[in-house]
Amino acid sequence: MTPDLLAYALRLGDDALIAAQRTAEWIAAAPQLEEDVALGNIGLDQLGQARSLLTYAGELEGAGRTEDDLAYFRDERDFTNLQICELPNGDFGHAMARLLYFATYQHLLYDELRTSSDEILAGVAGKAVKEVAYHVDHATQWVLRLGDGTDESHGRMQAGLDALWPYTAEMFASDELVRRLDVAVDPASLEEEWHRRVTEVIDASTCTRPASTYQHSGGREGRHTEHLGHLLAELQHVARSHPGASW
Amino acid sequence: MVIDAKVVRAAVAEVPDPEVPVLTIDDLGVLRDLRVEDSEVVVVITPTYSGCPAMDTIRADIGVVLDQLGVERHRVETVLSPAWTTDWMSESGMAKLAEYGIAPPTGRRSVGGPVMLSLTVRCPLCGSPDTSELSRFGSTSCKSLWRCNACREPFDHFKAI
Repeated sequence: MTPDLLAYALRLGDDALIAAQRTAEWIAAAPQLEEDVALGNIGLDQLGQARSLLTYAGELEGAGRTEDDLAYFRDERDFTNLQICELPNGDFGHAMARLLYFATYQHLLYDELRTSSDEILAGVAGKAVKEVAYHVDHATQWVLRLGDGTDESHGRMQAGLDALWPYTAEMFASDELVRRLDVAVDPASLEEEWHRRVTEVIDASTCTRPASTYQHSGGREGRHTEHLGHLLAELQHVARSHPGASW
Repeated sequence: MVIDAKVVRAAVAEVPDPEVPVLTIDDLGVLRDLRVEDSEVVVVITPTYSGCPAMDTIRADIGVVLDQLGVERHRVETVLSPAWTTDWMSESGMAKLAEYGIAPPTGRRSVGGPVMLSLTVRCPLCGSPDTSELSRFGSTSCKSLWRCNACREPFDHFKAI
């Protein structure tokens, strides 16, 4: 039970941590000041979720590792986040496509996890689901505005939706672990509703839902795109260069 | 020393929120419980948002208050459940917010559903209901950014969660 629960907490915590790092990269690079602030806040929510989940993982492991140890002193192959979280930001259309896909997934997941019999997971999810509702809303507003905007914005929104689509099936991949662990949510159960919600937004934005295509996988087993290593180098290098430093 | 939980609680309740100093942690509903266990004071707090960066400061400020009271043994516990909601904000907290220039949360929201739009957010400066939202995210996690169409001033709105 405990090794499974540990692995599960790490999956969700890694998703949130890596998503937070990418979201935070937008600060001072977003198209307008309000958007710097919005994405800063969204990244902060994701980071808060990651901290709770990684702290819990450290307790379950029982080896004295803290949230910081897990964030800064694990290597690429030890991370079990979804690949959609680690992909580079691309342009703003890409960013809003990712936020729509990922936040809608997180919202469905946390909403189910709220009633988990594991108190900690349920507590984290009960809090996060309210925050993520704002993320979904924010992404939806932008997808509608860009998709139903100029030819240029429509084209770039569509390009973002298309580029991220091959990384969406991984969110719903079921495996032995989630089927065995009764406090977990089997993500396969979220897929249908996710498609319904995302399709509704894409249709309303006048964009086209991407066609079925090859789908990448491997994040849950620690197999990643080349981009995660670069992300971790930036995330971890201060902590690794000055171990034990505090400020 | 004999610890009077009521006196201690009243003192801890006065700790201000570092980001909205006009509110105390009690006004906000961040202070959940205070109990005495074997002459150790245990203060229970909950974050407004998962990533709220004010929690460390709040913990430290509570420690200072307890030290000043002469409480020798104390600790602060953080709980996530039940999840914080703006419904816990006190009436006096709402009034203080408005006076400070931040529009208080409007409406009640259900957990898990879509983000609810409030019907109107009154400008805390001139009182006009003719306002519009500039961004759903503001200077801190708990606020959104609005503009008054009557007096043209921008203002923060404490968003319902």
